Amino acid sequence: MMTGALAMVKCLEKEGVRVAFGYPGAAICPFYDALIDSSIHHILVRTEQNAAHAASGYARISGIPGVCIATSGPGATNLLTGIASAYMDSIPMVVITGQVRSDLLGRDVFQEADITGAAEPFTKHSYLVKNASDIPRIFKEAFHIASTGRPGPVLIDVPIDMQKTSIPAFDYSTPVNIIGYKPRSQGHSLQIKKVIEALKESKRPVLCAGGGVFSANALKELRVFVDRCGIPVICTMMGIGSLPTEHPLNMGMLGSHGCVPANKAIRDADLVILAGARVGDRAVASPGQVAERAVVIHIDIDPAEIGKNMPAHIPIVGDLRLVLSELAENCDWKAPQDWVQQVTNRKMRYAQVQVQPIKGFIEPKSFMRTLSERMQPNAIICADVGQNQIWSANNWIVRDGRFLTSGGMGTMGYSIPCAVGAKHASPSLQVCAVCGDGSFQMSMMELGTICQEKIGVKIVIMRNTCLGMVRELQDNHFGCRHSAICLDGSPDFVSIAKAYGIAARSISSNQEAESAIDEMLENDLPYLLVCNVSPDYPSR
Amino acid sequence: MKYTISVLVENHAGVLSKVSGLFSRRGFNIDSLAVGITEDPSVSRMTIVVDGDEYIVEQLEKQLNKLIPVIKVKTLAPSEKIARTLSLIKVSAGTGKREDIMRISELMGARIVDVTRSTLTLEFSDTTDRTETLETLLRPYGIKEIVRTGIIALEKGPNCTRLSKRPH
Repeated sequence: MMTGALAMVKCLEKEGVRVAFGYPGAAICPFYDALIDSSIHHILVRTEQNAAHAASGYARISGIPGVCIATSGPGATNLLTGIASAYMDSIPMVVITGQVRSDLLGRDVFQEADITGAAEPFTKHSYLVKNASDIPRIFKEAFHIASTGRPGPVLIDVPIDMQKTSIPAFDYSTPVNIIGYKPRSQGHSLQIKKVIEALKESKRPVLCAGGGVFSANALKELRVFVDRCGIPVICTMMGIGSLPTEHPLNMGMLGSHGCVPANKAIRDADLVILAGARVGDRAVASPGQVAERAVVIHIDIDPAEIGKNMPAHIPIVGDLRLVLSELAENCDWKAPQDWVQQVTNRKMRYAQVQVQPIKGFIEPKSFMRTLSERMQPNAIICADVGQNQIWSANNWIVRDGRFLTSGGMGTMGYSIPCAVGAKHASPSLQVCAVCGDGSFQMSMMELGTICQEKIGVKIVIMRNTCLGMVRELQDNHFGCRHSAICLDGSPDFVSIAKAYGIAARSISSNQEAESAIDEMLENDLPYLLVCNVSPDYPSR
Repeated sequence: MKYTISVLVENHAGVLSKVSGLFSRRGFNIDSLAVGITEDPSVSRMTIVVDGDEYIVEQLEKQLNKLIPVIKVKTLAPSEKIARTLSLIKVSAGTGKREDIMRISELMGARIVDVTRSTLTLEFSDTTDRTETLETLLRPYGIKEIVRTGIIALEKGPNCTRLSKRPH
């Protein structure tokens, strides 16, 4: 005999969960009580949304579902933005929420919220536990659903009486069998043959790598395929780092905030392989035009992504890792040399553009390069949302590390909790969050979590005293009429950090950058670096 | 164009809301939706009629398939399906009108299921077209109330929309 709460903890242990992120409350108390005797390390965040973001960062680095926990009502609703962000970026996550007593459901009692209903559009699946003896099955299914096929968040809502009820036996051995959920992994061999035929006929092929490369753990296979065929590669924002930035065939990020060589490559291409990319509107503004000019090969584990945003001539539903390795094995084709030369020359031409330093301010692009060069090759960068994200995306040199950002949802405040999660997944790696002064203030309460956990998360604030990305929009599209973008009233961030006992420094020129970065990286303690940037400095 | 989609789902509470939520979220227009259990009590069948084009129906099929409790989705081609709607129609049938209504009912193959001094209630199960014809015929007598189910449909011939995702 054990309680439902203990069964919940046991399930997490069986799934190999070492770290969970959460915030307790009345309706989840039995679970938190059972957690005391567990080896699972619980990280107390400072607001529930950041529990979900931290679980996301953890999942992206560890490759296993991140776990976050909140109580019923406001605890649960505070998770929503984090769940939605994970859903948009296909991050495996198991979300556990407490709920009011099952016999009181629907009566609007204290801290009751229909969280399975509210989270429905943002979850891959959700459960409301109605029978405590279902807990092992539900947890096992939840982890299975979250981590297989196209990954995503799965919510388990557990009424407090289900946590208290005793269950007769704990059996976690029954294999998962959901009749409506059998994701396909092997790509169709006939389709793969068609791809090889199409490649042989193409004169200007390009491969667009998306976040699916990471979801499928297909970095090695992508590298093998690209090196064997010599096909030029462009990345979506979620696909940054799928090929090292300085790989000769990496043309950079495409899209409205992307770089010219990447956008021109897809414009000129007569064949496009979409590899785990869903062709979001910020990546390709007119997907129909691309499909008119080029043969589109779309590889995705989710059949619903194929043909959704861009018509596909050769669809392949399957696990990208398997499909890419099958392609590499069966393909003795080489990308035409004149085309490769053409895109490479363009890349070189644009790489030579030098940025001018601005007196009294940090020049963000060269700062990003310097930061990435001085950090370890396998360091993780968590870019927030806004101009800082674009500066990071286009200038951070990914070598052997990862570039994490909230790509689909564009959730401000993501970087710091994401870094907390990433650092817990891989404590030996350097982890740096880059944010703006707007996004920092959306998550600065997490400095408390960082101190409590004594983890060496590095934070860089690109401080331009305004909401730079919105200001830029207002400059370009609203006749320079600035509305609600001024961040006057912000505190002195260095003093804030120091109040938490975190070392901090503020710099205003690129000359100071190297020494400040080295100071930041000299130990594995948290550090906050404020970079003063001109509000007039554009994203690109 | 109207498409009829047959969907097998797990017979759980909340599945209907997942399906209907998907429709509103993705901007699909439902003309009708009917749901009931099947030969297997753990499985329900939904018949959904949507207005759209090929792209919309393809997306709809794929998005429905992504829902975990959805077991099987099949769009039924217009020429290869039997589709019916059930209607109950309450018509005012005072003296002098009753005979006429009974004759229409007989002609169309409807059944009279309730009689009062002033009304007749007809039960009619047929295609949408014929249901509309019956309504047109009855309208001059004064239709007091109508209730219609959503369309239910099955494939013609020996083919079945089976639970193929279920392991043997």
